[in-house]
Amino acid sequence: MANGTTTADATVEASGIHSDPPGVQGVPREPLVLNGRSMHWVTERICGIIENRQPLLWWVLFLPSAALAGLLAFMLVYLVSTGIGIWGNNQPVAWGWAITNFVFWIGIGHAGTLISAILFLLRQRWRTSINRAAEAMTLFAVMCAGIFPVFHVGRFWMAWFLAPIPNANAIWQNFKSPLLWDVFAVSTYFTVSVIFWYLGLVPDLATIRDRCKPGIKKILYGIFALGWRGANRHWRHYEMGYLLLAALSTPLVLSVHSVVSFDFATSVVPGWHTTIFPPYFVAGAIFGGFAMVLTLMIPARRIYGLQDLITAKHIDNMAKVIVLTGSIVGYAYLMELFVAWYGGNKFESGAFAMRVLNGPYTSYYWTMMFCNVVAPQAFWFRWCRHNLWVVMAVCMCVNAGMWYERFVIIVTTLARDFLPGQWGYYSPTWVEKATFLGTFGLFLMLFLLFMRFLPVIAIAEVKGVLPEADPHYEGDKKKKDQNK
Amino acid sequence: MAGTDTMGKEMVPPDDGADRVSGAIASRLGGGGRERTRAHRPYGHIAEFDSARAVYEAAKKMRDAGFKKWDVHSPYPIHGMDEAMGLGKSILSWLVFFGGAFGFFIAVVLAGFTQVSLYPTIVQAKPANWNTIPAFFPIMFELTVLFSAFTVLTGILLLNQLPRFNHPLFNSERFSRFSDDGFFISVEVTDPLYSKEATPEFLESIGATAVELVAHDDD
Repeated sequence: MANGTTTADATVEASGIHSDPPGVQGVPREPLVLNGRSMHWVTERICGIIENRQPLLWWVLFLPSAALAGLLAFMLVYLVSTGIGIWGNNQPVAWGWAITNFVFWIGIGHAGTLISAILFLLRQRWRTSINRAAEAMTLFAVMCAGIFPVFHVGRFWMAWFLAPIPNANAIWQNFKSPLLWDVFAVSTYFTVSVIFWYLGLVPDLATIRDRCKPGIKKILYGIFALGWRGANRHWRHYEMGYLLLAALSTPLVLSVHSVVSFDFATSVVPGWHTTIFPPYFVAGAIFGGFAMVLTLMIPARRIYGLQDLITAKHIDNMAKVIVLTGSIVGYAYLMELFVAWYGGNKFESGAFAMRVLNGPYTSYYWTMMFCNVVAPQAFWFRWCRHNLWVVMAVCMCVNAGMWYERFVIIVTTLARDFLPGQWGYYSPTWVEKATFLGTFGLFLMLFLLFMRFLPVIAIAEVKGVLPEADPHYEGDKKKKDQNK
Repeated sequence: MAGTDTMGKEMVPPDDGADRVSGAIASRLGGGGRERTRAHRPYGHIAEFDSARAVYEAAKKMRDAGFKKWDVHSPYPIHGMDEAMGLGKSILSWLVFFGGAFGFFIAVVLAGFTQVSLYPTIVQAKPANWNTIPAFFPIMFELTVLFSAFTVLTGILLLNQLPRFNHPLFNSERFSRFSDDGFFISVEVTDPLYSKEATPEFLESIGATAVELVAHDDD
């Protein structure tokens, strides 16, 4: 209103909201949403994904994913009906692929809450374009993770013994056991992530509700939108709640993989009994999680035309997080080797010698080293961070490398411990391989359904980072019309 | 008079002498004797603004004018709007503090009481008494966070009186733009300062591009 009488030049000048104080020349901040898109455009583009027909590629991806998820169900039924012996794990490698896959998936599930919580507290406003999808990915990854320990217990119908209630013999759980801490950590993480994700969805569900024609869709979206009407008296509590959840989730996300690492670190097995495990696991989880976010979001932004919302800057930032956490992980690998040598414990140094040099699984170790430590170093170069093929290739390396890391930690250690008489060799059966493949199907199927039915980008949050969202914005009001 | 177009660009409430306005059903019936009995109670006025800046400036004027039962509706939380509306800090953080404290208490009882008194598990060379409390810290932490998160969700719902699936504001077609790119101020008729004539004029004077009367459902 104020600029109704100003000249055109003054309008242009006033439109930069990140203007520098007089006399200071700064580099202008890159806009979070490109091409000056309006709020209405944001609504149309994101809701359009849900309202329009899905592209053919969606079906091309969905049908095989659903088939693989069916394979997972079949494999689990086969396991339960036949017996745990159809998996290859046995003494001494009792954990095998099942726990490797559990740690792999739970690690992937760390990026979502990291993006939504820690980056929120750090006021990294670029997170708004990616947090919804990353949180959804977190939930689906934790679901995939949860399958493995539940079925790994053997008699999975007894898995309720893990719940904090006395079991059938009136025996209480051992609350001093890291395995029980894990039950609490993972289930708390899942529950809090669901609450965080759902709370963020409420305003966007209201947007979809208001766009639906009356009918069953409107009713369903309306129920989950809780009757949201964008009232500031509601936003006041909502924003406080969101902040509190971010503050609660920040230590939570760090605690989950720390507790997972306690499963290993509190044992006295050489190669596991180290204090470096919690930070090393957390860094690795963030590393693997970001790689998976990029693996999913780079194709998704292309398929649905979201390049103005998930910009090169977002990919650049995530690539930087990957090189940082990848370097922390590399440091941890080297520090493990150093301590194995410097510590003077011959079981420890022996375990690492067999892991790295002359054991049965050294190829796994060097694959891990290449994928997790060498490959991400490409991201020191701007060209690599901006070439999507390179980014995808590195992310695929990291996805694989993080699985190899868990395999190296679990299997190489258990296969060779104190007495040579206890040594063994583990290799998975086809059932284990099919089960793991099936979890990828479940994961992708759930993610594709999420993109089909829910807003893949947080609409309300993205609107909040547009320049005109600022109540002191004095820019060009005509922008709205240009976008129509 | 009776069949006023609620979709009109700028609408003034019908002045029919009674403190009731006719709603959609009444207008469809085409007036007549039954109209009064089927008429809808007015809920209040909504005013549309064309930008966050406009609604922010208007909210400050609403606050200074002394309105009480009014609200701002926006597609996203507008920074600084709480101050502009004269609202204080949300009390949710206090609720969550007690929720978290309750979770911590549950964990102490669950882990400590069962391990020390009810069913001591003597393993891992750890004593079955309170000296082993560091081993309960992960459970305490997790349950504190879990119950805090539950309190955040229930607290937001209780403080906001949600879910509430039907609301008079949803009767306005115009209002549905709040979730796209519309900015609104709503004033309820129960506000002590509300006046059928002066309030819409005031809303227009503070920059509203459209003012509309919203009625309750038939009841």
